[in-house]
Amino acid sequence: MAGMAQEEIEKELSTVYTVLTYADYEAGLKEERLLGLKCASCGKITCHPMHVCQWCSSRRLERVELCGEGELTTFTVIRVPPEGFEADVPYIPCIIETKEGPCVIGRLDYDAERATPELIGKQVKLSGAYTYEGDKYSGGAHTCPIFKLVG
Amino acid sequence: MRDVAVIGIGHTKFGRASKASLELFSESVLQAIDDAGVELKDIEALFQGAALAGFEEGQVMSAAFSAADLNLGPIPATRYEGACASASVAIRDAAMWVGSGEYDMVIAGGMEKALTMGTLFATRTFAMACHAPTEGPVGLTFPAVFAMAAMRYAKIYDIPLEKLREKMAHVSIKNHKHGALNPLAQFYKKLGALKLEEVMDSKMVADPLSLLDCCPFSDGASALVLCAAEDARKYTDEPVYILGTGQGSGGPLSKMEDITKPVSRISSAKTAFKQAGLTPKDIDILEIHDCFTIAELIALESMGFFEWGEAADAVEDGQTELGGKIPVNMSGGLIGKGHPIGATGASQVYWIIKQMRGEAAKGNQVDPVPEYGMTDTLGGDFGTLCHIILGRSKRKK
Repeated sequence: MAGMAQEEIEKELSTVYTVLTYADYEAGLKEERLLGLKCASCGKITCHPMHVCQWCSSRRLERVELCGEGELTTFTVIRVPPEGFEADVPYIPCIIETKEGPCVIGRLDYDAERATPELIGKQVKLSGAYTYEGDKYSGGAHTCPIFKLVG
Repeated sequence: MRDVAVIGIGHTKFGRASKASLELFSESVLQAIDDAGVELKDIEALFQGAALAGFEEGQVMSAAFSAADLNLGPIPATRYEGACASASVAIRDAAMWVGSGEYDMVIAGGMEKALTMGTLFATRTFAMACHAPTEGPVGLTFPAVFAMAAMRYAKIYDIPLEKLREKMAHVSIKNHKHGALNPLAQFYKKLGALKLEEVMDSKMVADPLSLLDCCPFSDGASALVLCAAEDARKYTDEPVYILGTGQGSGGPLSKMEDITKPVSRISSAKTAFKQAGLTPKDIDILEIHDCFTIAELIALESMGFFEWGEAADAVEDGQTELGGKIPVNMSGGLIGKGHPIGATGASQVYWIIKQMRGEAAKGNQVDPVPEYGMTDTLGGDFGTLCHIILGRSKRKK
């Protein structure tokens, strides 16, 4: 007779596809921890989280904590903000290449008026988190990492 | 696949529009139908780019209402969204459907009414084409994305930032010069003789990009009539053929290996060239996605028109001007002509075809008329890329 047993269907539905959720990643940031995924196939680290390894596409991923340190690869100073960020201007988005390899996006804690291209290449470390409470279109609050220069 | 031709083109005035986007789109369709000398009843499907219509006018499912406004009957009408590349992906899919033989004649194009949102909210909604979970809370904006690319470009090629700003300013000067000559451009008869200092001293938006490094928010629509190439000469003596198309996808900025060398664009352009059986050397004119001055440089390099790191000097040397190695954005581009994001890809095709017909404004027209032209459209932070190669004669078999 065609059809599947309830237990079989439930077993299929219990497969975990998301090893580290965005919510887990953001919760980690609030505790000053940078969470990512280690690939059992290629050994590399994925951060922010994805459903497959960002380097080799393997699905054999385990949660891991990154050291939170890295190098500033680029940044800018935003002077014309999107709605909802008016009070923050000027602020500095940046991309950090972590010591473990993947790049992450965040904000740089630095005086915007003194931010010059010489900052690129400097060592930075995770120093906190910025939470945007969200507007009608953001599906709730979201959090990004804040980095500061080392030394 | 069959070859596909563009036999009719339409384009509203870009800038601030009082009419609704549905009205703008219908106007551009009627222009295209008249241009092609065909009837509305000949249209079998409609492909419409519209990026942010829900936020601008509370309108989703706009393609169906466009078909209804033109009494096209119950034909398939589909809205395409690929941020600023919406119209290009709509045109590409339309060409696929006609090429497949499913339809013989269709409308493809796009529309947008971004100015109605005002700068703050428009900046917010455009930023929705960033990666919402990770780039959203940063407060990233589109100027910021390209500002970060410019910072990186200066670093990689060891160009002092002020020097790069000067080189980028030449893109703005060139595109505004041509936009000022284009009667359908947002800045027609405006900003046509910019000085270097005016660009560099304009208000800083996201370091190192100032206001005149940026394209404006715009309203407008553009539409094309596509048909099977074998039928094109029934309608026009001057069909233009779609010789190749490409499309590529990217992801969040932080996942890109190098934000000055977007893989999505490199891959899309290669696909289009391969399909057309052409190389950058064959192309006589380009309409490329200069949403910001730096974007034009990155596009030229990624598409293979200049070596990595050489586009900045090339623009400064006039190699992308009329009479140069490859004229770029003789319509004014997004910077001079305006950028109603859902319409831009169709507008780019429109202006390539105008050039091929010798109908661009004096001062913008390439002479002799170009044989091959190419468009480049970018959506998001390199998330959606699309290229269309056009020619005055059919693809060589």
